[in-house]
Amino acid sequence: MNYGVNELGYYGDFGGAYIPEMLYPNVEELRTKYLSIINDADFKAEFDQLLRDYVGRPSPLYHAKRYSERYGANIFFKREDLNHTGSHKINNAIGQILLAMRLGKKRIIAETGAGQHGVATATVCALKGIECVVYMGEIDMERQAPNVSRMKMLGAKVVPATSGSKTLKDATNEALRDWIGNPVDTHYIIGSVVGPYPYPDMVARFQSIISFETKKQLLEKTGKELPEYVMACVGGGSNAMGMFYHFLDDENVKLVAVEAAGKGVESGLSAATTFLGREGVLHGSRTLLMQTDDGQVVEPYSISAGLDYPGIGPQHAYLYKVNRAQYVSITDDEALQAGLLCSQLEGIIPAIETAHALAQLEKMKFKPGDNVVICISGRGDKDLDTYIKYFNF
Amino acid sequence: MNRLNQLFNTKKDNLLSIYFTAGYPQLNTTLDIAEALEKAGVDFLEIGFPYSDPVADGPAIQHSSQTALENGMTLNVLFEQLKDLRKHVSIPIMLMGYVNPIVQYGVERFCKKAAEVGVDGIIVPDLPIYEYEKLYSGFFKDNNLSNIFMVTPQTSEERICKIDELSNSFIYLLSSSTITGINLQLSNSIEDYYKRIKAMQLKNPTIFGFGITNNESFKKACEYANGAIVGTAFVKLLGTENYLEKIQGFVKSIRP
Repeated sequence: MNYGVNELGYYGDFGGAYIPEMLYPNVEELRTKYLSIINDADFKAEFDQLLRDYVGRPSPLYHAKRYSERYGANIFFKREDLNHTGSHKINNAIGQILLAMRLGKKRIIAETGAGQHGVATATVCALKGIECVVYMGEIDMERQAPNVSRMKMLGAKVVPATSGSKTLKDATNEALRDWIGNPVDTHYIIGSVVGPYPYPDMVARFQSIISFETKKQLLEKTGKELPEYVMACVGGGSNAMGMFYHFLDDENVKLVAVEAAGKGVESGLSAATTFLGREGVLHGSRTLLMQTDDGQVVEPYSISAGLDYPGIGPQHAYLYKVNRAQYVSITDDEALQAGLLCSQLEGIIPAIETAHALAQLEKMKFKPGDNVVICISGRGDKDLDTYIKYFNF
Repeated sequence: MNRLNQLFNTKKDNLLSIYFTAGYPQLNTTLDIAEALEKAGVDFLEIGFPYSDPVADGPAIQHSSQTALENGMTLNVLFEQLKDLRKHVSIPIMLMGYVNPIVQYGVERFCKKAAEVGVDGIIVPDLPIYEYEKLYSGFFKDNNLSNIFMVTPQTSEERICKIDELSNSFIYLLSSSTITGINLQLSNSIEDYYKRIKAMQLKNPTIFGFGITNNESFKKACEYANGAIVGTAFVKLLGTENYLEKIQGFVKSIRP
């Protein structure tokens, strides 16, 4: 693969494993074992079986007729929102819990922003009877309260991250601190394509099922494996990387990644990392990062907790730098309007994260007959409060 | 040869280093604290520069970093404060901080500037060995700065040997795999670790850090290593009133 990771954990200049020595044994164990474990036949069989019977895969590729009319192209929704637990996050959580068990781990920790990854992790821990601790920013616990309750009902312990901006970045810091203190028995299920190598590659592989299925489904529906456009929202970038993965080497497929502009890219309240970030090191990898001139991480802003992250996965930073994918951004208002539109044109209430990708459709110029796949990364149940407040329903 | 090398050549036992965060509790207290520590008999110093996301640190040092940032501490400000460092302080000094602020400042420029003000060693917990060797070690060597690596009870012997080879002042032994500010529990497994390190007969001296809070834990650390670093306990002292006057007593309470 031309855009994949090299043996040192890098995508061009991005990636690597910038971790304190305390984390080295954990990460090194993963690095040396992850490929042999996930390529093992038993692992694959169990992973596939759970994705099919437990998650409900393959997720449908739905030809959105009213969207297609509106935008003058064939718009397909890749329905990750129909997965068990309501988003693409479960794909990675299943993969990592099976990996953790094969590493002999007895305890799972995770960070979560919108709560979707936390719920997915709590779910697979319940499934396998393993102790689960989820770190979540105090502010995110308020704005995604239903997911906090879901995690608790699933038996997970939810620990508020009260440092820094009290959002996803700080939840990640707390999870890393926990892992430092519990180096032997604990596996850290990172929820996105971020973190030290091998996480960005490992999570991308688990999420790559999205584009793997899409290719087959497109062939069935359109007679062609390759669409003209593939689109997804990006916070850390896991649904986008899963959606792009098997199209990366098909250079004619245009990849569009949609970041959260918050109140506007220039407003000072934004999470549009490729616009506002510079090269730096965050959470163990060299990537694009929103930061001050002095190298302090800037607290991002987006109405969507899942996109409210100051960095981006290193593979995305690379795809951005070499222009393999186009990175654009959508404001809170545009996203919420797109969420409403999708609800009323297609009967699908999308997660606000997903709504960012949908909003980008308004700005695209398609040719008639273009096939466009957009990843519906999650459903909007968790965001009803935000939608209700915004639209005064 | 820098001041760290000179120190380790002349003194082998019961070495005491103290960590504090530059810019905490007030922006301009860095030199006053360093001077007071030297006067109190501390052998060498570790001055931290703050970072917004210090993943290897517990609540006390996180708090000091956040306060220092709010006070306006940056690398530019720190180097300005340390401009006349060597008129006031003669003991070896290390700077400790996370990699991102250094990368933004420019690693080469950082090393030059550190050497210029009289710094002897650098501790960057999240700078991996591979990246250090490949990208940055030349800058450290050109400026006669020691890069100080950490070792934990989980670090393999092979890796410890590699670290010993790359080090030229001392090796920073973590008493357990933990963030800063966790009290040291003297369990059998830690004793085993102490003994295992001692038996390796490394070419570099070893200094224990993390969890050293009082004379008891200091003495224990010194049974197996050449000395110890106290961080969190001292940063907590800096959060109290009239802390400058208490420094002498604090140091005596660790090493009478």
